Amino acid sequence: MHKRLIEENLNQIRDKLLVMGGAAEKAIMLSMRSLDERDSSLAERVIREDDAIDVMEVELDQMCVDVLVLKQPAASDLRFVVSVARTAPMVERIGDHAVNIAKHCLVLNNEPQFDAGLDLTRMSTKVQEMLIDGLDAFTSGDPEKARATIEKDDEVDSLYDLFYSDLIAAMGRDPSLVERGVQWLFVIKHLERIADYVTNICEQIIYMSRGQVIKHSVW
Amino acid sequence: MMTDQLEPLEEDEDMQSRGSTSPAVLQAAEPERSIPRFSVPESEKEHSRAPDKMSVQRLNFYYGRTRALKDITLSVTPNRVTAFIGPSGCGKSTLIRTLNRMNDVVPGTRVEGVVELDGENIYASGTDVVTLRRTVGMVFQKSNPFPRSIFDNVAYGLKINRLTKSRSELAERVESSLRAAALWEEVKDRLKESAYGLSGGQQQRLCIARALAVAPEVILMDEPCSALDPIATQKIEELIVELKERYTIVIVTHNMQQAARVSDSTGFFWLGELIEFNNTEKMFTKPDKQMTEDYITGRFG
Repeated sequence: MHKRLIEENLNQIRDKLLVMGGAAEKAIMLSMRSLDERDSSLAERVIREDDAIDVMEVELDQMCVDVLVLKQPAASDLRFVVSVARTAPMVERIGDHAVNIAKHCLVLNNEPQFDAGLDLTRMSTKVQEMLIDGLDAFTSGDPEKARATIEKDDEVDSLYDLFYSDLIAAMGRDPSLVERGVQWLFVIKHLERIADYVTNICEQIIYMSRGQVIKHSVW
Repeated sequence: MMTDQLEPLEEDEDMQSRGSTSPAVLQAAEPERSIPRFSVPESEKEHSRAPDKMSVQRLNFYYGRTRALKDITLSVTPNRVTAFIGPSGCGKSTLIRTLNRMNDVVPGTRVEGVVELDGENIYASGTDVVTLRRTVGMVFQKSNPFPRSIFDNVAYGLKINRLTKSRSELAERVESSLRAAALWEEVKDRLKESAYGLSGGQQQRLCIARALAVAPEVILMDEPCSALDPIATQKIEELIVELKERYTIVIVTHNMQQAARVSDSTGFFWLGELIEFNNTEKMFTKPDKQMTEDYITGRFG
């Protein structure tokens, strides 16, 4: 088959979205390691490197606009471009949440260790898995994988609820923990929000591959 | 929605392998979900419930022994724009020309099947072809004004059909037709001048005015913009959308974006077969057939 003119543009868009997604994955991974290893240099790196994610969002937005006007895509090409244009801002927000976690790390790492008995690794691993699977599903246009990833969001939500109660209880028992406890509350909230963004990305993948809108469970 | 139960054609194998299971769809399908798109005027909603203006049933068309149209079944909704797209030689122009029996004049051709206008088969014996072509007017790819004045071009059909009673009525009909074709303001001071002095886009609008003058109900347009520049094309497209308030329009176009911009329903043809007939938004965002998808995303050939 002949090579379509639009193919090169679509490939470049796909590649950039993947690089951007990879950067967001790394940001979460580093911010969680910073917390785990009490290494603030990792958190500082996340904050520093976030600019690159922001720049890629703007570039992707422009590339999508360009291909829409210059190549006038239709059908699956159109759904792909529209989906990337919607997904890139979500990946950028995921990067911002990683930065926010990093900022809480900077505070927590300067405080005495705080053990509320949370299995935070379990939650962060689940969230990172979701992001990796979501981006994989985007690349391969795999609606089944996207759906399976969406289902994992419930587990993240349950962990959030559980950790939230545990933290409130711990702070209630020992008010000296409140300052650190509040930082932790933010950390788990950011993780929970990241999983929500991944869910939205996966809904977009289902639109992209099947032309079906499943957002908000309304349709 | 009804689907008709056709036997697969002998020539169908190749198409099956490309993912098509194509019995022709009788009616353009409604969007499958109720997400509101752009708002639709109430008047258009009325029209979509109206009976078909034209209906094509199991139509086969032969040029000698070549079967150019294969069991085509589709309907044309009144006051809507129906577009036919497909690669060269797919039969879309042949089909549009069967809608007012324009192919009758091509020697060695043969038609099987039914084409109805308001429920009457236009291929039934006793059909007055002149009246039919007045009711179902046509605009061609290349503008073809007569070598006469602008006024006479529009007045021609009215005169030969004796459709007006007085000179003043004739002048009124010419003016209203030119207005309807969005040409009046540009030509009102030079009606006696030759039509050949007009630009290509103006000539095409003159041909539309000429078609409108005899009060048609359906207007067939066979690639009406293919010889025009983008500005003239835009004017014709705006005109098409305006005209559908009063007329039913069928357009053949090579320009898929044009079909997307002006039409309400789109039919995709390939090798004489109607592969998909669907709501235009659906056709260009999520077509039902893989072959349509391949064609509109440029994966063909």
